[in-house]
Formats: sequence, structure tokens, C-alpha cells
Amino acid sequence: MATLAPTAADADPVAGAPAVRLSGIRRAFGDVVAVDGVDLDIPAGEFFTMLGPSGSGKTTTLRVIAGFERPDAGSVELQGVDVTRVAPSQRAVNTVFQDYALFPHMTVAENVEYGLRVKGMSRKDRRSRAEAMLEKVRLPGLGKRKPVQLSGGQRQRVALARAIVNGPPVLLLDEPLGALDLKLRQEMQIFLKALQRDLGITFVYVTHDQEEALTMSDRLAVFNEGRIEQVGAPADVYEHPQTEFVAGFVGVSNVLERGSRRFTIRPEKIRMSDDGAGPGEPGTVREVVYVGMVTRYVVDLDDGGQLVVVRQNLETSSQDALAERGKKVRLSWRPEHTYEIGVDKEEGT
Amino acid sequence: MYLASLVALFLSSFWTVDPFTSVVQHIWNVDNYKLLWEQSAYHSIALRTVGIAAAVTAADAVLAFPVGYFMARIAGGRSRAFIFVAVLLPLWSSYLIRVYIWRLILDHDGVLNWSLRKVGLPAANIGYTNWAVWLIFTYVWLPFMILPVYGALERVPDSFLEASRDLGAGGWTTFRRILLPLALPGVIAGSIFTFSLTLGDYITPLLAGGASSQFIGNVVYDSIGSQQTPFAAAFAAVPLVVMAVYLLIARRLGAFEAL
Repeated sequence: MATLAPTAADADPVAGAPAVRLSGIRRAFGDVVAVDGVDLDIPAGEFFTMLGPSGSGKTTTLRVIAGFERPDAGSVELQGVDVTRVAPSQRAVNTVFQDYALFPHMTVAENVEYGLRVKGMSRKDRRSRAEAMLEKVRLPGLGKRKPVQLSGGQRQRVALARAIVNGPPVLLLDEPLGALDLKLRQEMQIFLKALQRDLGITFVYVTHDQEEALTMSDRLAVFNEGRIEQVGAPADVYEHPQTEFVAGFVGVSNVLERGSRRFTIRPEKIRMSDDGAGPGEPGTVREVVYVGMVTRYVVDLDDGGQLVVVRQNLETSSQDALAERGKKVRLSWRPEHTYEIGVDKEEGT
Repeated sequence: MYLASLVALFLSSFWTVDPFTSVVQHIWNVDNYKLLWEQSAYHSIALRTVGIAAAVTAADAVLAFPVGYFMARIAGGRSRAFIFVAVLLPLWSSYLIRVYIWRLILDHDGVLNWSLRKVGLPAANIGYTNWAVWLIFTYVWLPFMILPVYGALERVPDSFLEASRDLGAGGWTTFRRILLPLALPGVIAGSIFTFSLTLGDYITPLLAGGASSQFIGNVVYDSIGSQQTPFAAAFAAVPLVVMAVYLLIARRLGAFEAL
């Protein structure tokens, strides 16, 4: 695919190299270490998500890839070319900003054309490319408006068009859906996923929303305190969390210690039955939360610890569910649904 | 009350003065304006006033931009506070004192010429010329340009500049296409101050200017001194009209959102 994005210096992309490779990235702001030794390979064409709470270093890592932050240590490679010291304007990536960063004094079309114009493309060519790109993000005919005249969702798509019109091999997205309401966000998730498949380029997507990360990504990395806790496919990370943090952040934290074993079980994998009606650990229902499709129970176990159990409201009404508070129950699960996890760093001895 | 006086001033510009008794007579006529129109001396005074006001504004804009940029985007909290004080401190001293200080600097045997001679350069001799007037005005009104420019630059989010660089623009292109247009309302807001303050001034031309440095304000002052109030009112109306036109243009360019 011919690309208009400026490539790093004079070096050509290396065939077969990962789209993005981070090695030993470290970035501190004063005493605060935002990114602390991140290694990451993102193959070309992947929808890769960096997931984590705010302050976990995911956005700083994205900014290091874009070039807005210089790492204190480590290197950034794009398609096999070291760009650690290359200016953002010379990197073959484009960014969709969290606040969209649309230029308010330009029209929508001028915003989309900006990258092409800076590169010296003729007015006619860039007009038609911008027009085509606006059509692709389903905003045909809005080119003459100013950004303030658009809704949040429309602005978001203009920001997207402005980035991809340059044909970058890697698109960076910094919590692009954060400002949208739930319904629009879900629509945009589907749209972005389809767009990524259509363009065939690498998306590096930053979010703190675990559901978003699970539904959209080919692979995801879970960030915590400047480090990557786990990298893997969504199902893998969800079902086999390697640390307590991942277990808690991706899904619900259900961590038990039995003997020398520390393990986690997903709430939907636990069977809850009346006390005396079978095997399993005895416990007491402490909290019942009715959430429509399902009911969530928090159960205190007699042997210590607590588990969250989720049950589909197949035949239960909200009254039935809420009546179970305080009841003695037994919890059981299949051994293959439990996963050993390492001891968490903060609590580590 | 002020507006009423302004209206009275405007009305009195259509009156006349008895040449013998110097008493203002309420006879409606446009003789004062005719005199302004026909006497080329008044043309050059009006043009000089407006021209120097424009030159002061341009110089202040050029000087204020880097200062405002540094304050808004580079300086940390402490150095920004320091510059703020440095910009505002001269405003605490009397305007007259600042003009007199400049007179000392620009005088024939002043600090400027003394320094130039020390390093072996010819004397500048700009004291008591239009250059001196321009220089002093540029200095005394500079804070009124720096503050709105700083305000406008400070309101440009970092992400705009990052987006520009991300899209392939270098520093100069980003400045020209993003930062400058977004700071323009601030520059225009500042220019309202620098332009109008210069337009209405008569002290600096009087104290630091030469024989051909008369401003509209000086003529107005002298006319009132010689009992020619209606003519003074007529000439005073000229900067009012110029300023009204200027404000209309400024509003078009969005300057009032930057104040």
C-alpha cells in the first residue's frame, strides 16, 4: 500500500518486522515514574489495546510511540526502524486525540486536509481525498462546517478521518470514545473494529474500559503502575489472569487462598446451591445486586475470603433474588475453571 | 453623564466662535470640519497620529508575541510569575516619569548616545523626533499588548500543537497555521489598547517629540487654550471616528472573545 505518511529519516521499513516494537521504555516526570520498563511487540495489522486504570502509564506509552514524549531509557521501533530520536512529524503514525484536537479556526474539510496540505499535495487532490475520507467515516457533505457545529460523535469521526487520510501504517487512538455516551460508544466500537479490518492497518488503542478492550482487541496489554502485567488475547486474559491485579481489573476480582494456593474463579463459573444441598464451600450471602439480565451475589465464605457469583435471571424475579440476602449457601466450581495467580507486587513479601 | 458630555462635545463642533469676543456662538455650521478638510497641515497631523498609532501597535504585536508565548507555553510557575511582575511593574510608576526617563535615554547627551560612542558607533540622535515618540509609545503600551496575547496563547491546548506535528507539520508550519491564527484575536484585542491609547495621547509628543511631532491631541489642547473650543471638538471627533471603525473591524475578527 502506498503511504503518504513520512517515514523515519531515510530508513526503509523492514519487511516482516513488527509494526511497533518497544524495548525497555522508561519515562519519569520528576519523581513519578509513569512508564517503568515496558517491552512490547505489536505485529502489523493487529488491533492492539493498552488497558489500565488512569495513571497506569498506558497513555504515556502511546505518547512515546507518537513521539510526544522522549523516553528516558529504551527504544521505539516502527516497522523495524529505530525512531526513538525522530520527531513526531517524521514518524509514520497518526493519532486520534482524546479531546479530538480539531483545529477550531478551520473547517472540517480543512482539518482533514491538513496533513496532506503540509506535505504539499495539490488542492484538488487533497480535496477529493478528504471528501472520500469523510464519506468513509459517514460524514459526507459536512466538509464546510466548523468543528463547533458538530456533535461529539461527529467530531470524533472527523478526528479519525483527519488521521487516516494520511495513510499511516499505525494509528494511535487515545481513549477516543471516552467522551461519548454509552449507546454511541457501542456503535463506534463496532465501527472502529470494522474500519480497522477494512484498512488493514495496525491500531494501538488506549482505554480504561475493560469491556471495550475485550470486545474490540485482537490482543491487549494490561497496564498497572507503569508496567505491563499481562499481554494476550482477550479471552486468554479474561479466563487466565496471571496476577491478582489483572483478575480484578479485567472482570471481577475473585481471589481465594486455600492452603498455599492462590487462585481466581470467574463469577459466572460458580454454582450456588442451597446449604445442605450438595458439595462445595459453605458461606453466607452478604449482598445481592439485581442488574437486570443477571443478579450479582457477594458471598462470605466460612473458611475465609469472599466470592462474587453471577447468576442469570432465568426464572428469578427481582424479589426472589433480593430475598436471598443472609441465606446460607454452598459454592462449587470445577477445578479447571480456577487459575493460579502470582502474589501481587504491593503485597509481595 | 460622560455620554452626555460626549454628545455635547460632538454638538459643539458645529458651533462657532466670535473672532473678537472669543465667545462661543450657537450658530450651526460645518466650518470647523471644512477647515480640517482644507488645511493640509491638519491632514498631516491626523495622518501622523494615526500612522504612529499603527506603527506602535505593529511593534508591540511583534514584541509581545514571544513574551506571551514564553509565558504561556514555556515558563514554569515561578518564572511566569516573575515575568508577570516585570510586565506590570512599570505600570505602577507614573506615566510622566517613564516618558522623562526615556527623554534622558534618548537625549543628545543621553545614555543611548553615550553608550554608542563608547563602543565606537555614531550617535543615533533620535531624541525629539517622531522616532522617539514611536519608541516611547511602544514601550509604555507594551504591557497592554502582552497580557491579551498571553491570554490567547494560554488558551490554545497542547493537543492542537501535538496534532499539527502528528500530521507532519514542522515547528514553523505549526506556528503559522495553528498558533498564529488562534492567537490573532488576542493580538487584535491588544491592538485596541495600544492603538487607542496612542491615538488619544498628547503628552509624549509634547515632551519627547520634535517640532513636527504634533498629534491631534496637541492641537486639541492648544485650541482649547486659545478659546477655540468648537474647533477642538471637531478635531477630537476624528480619533473617535477612527476608533469606532477600528472596533467594528476588530469585532468582526473575534477580538472581544479574547478579552
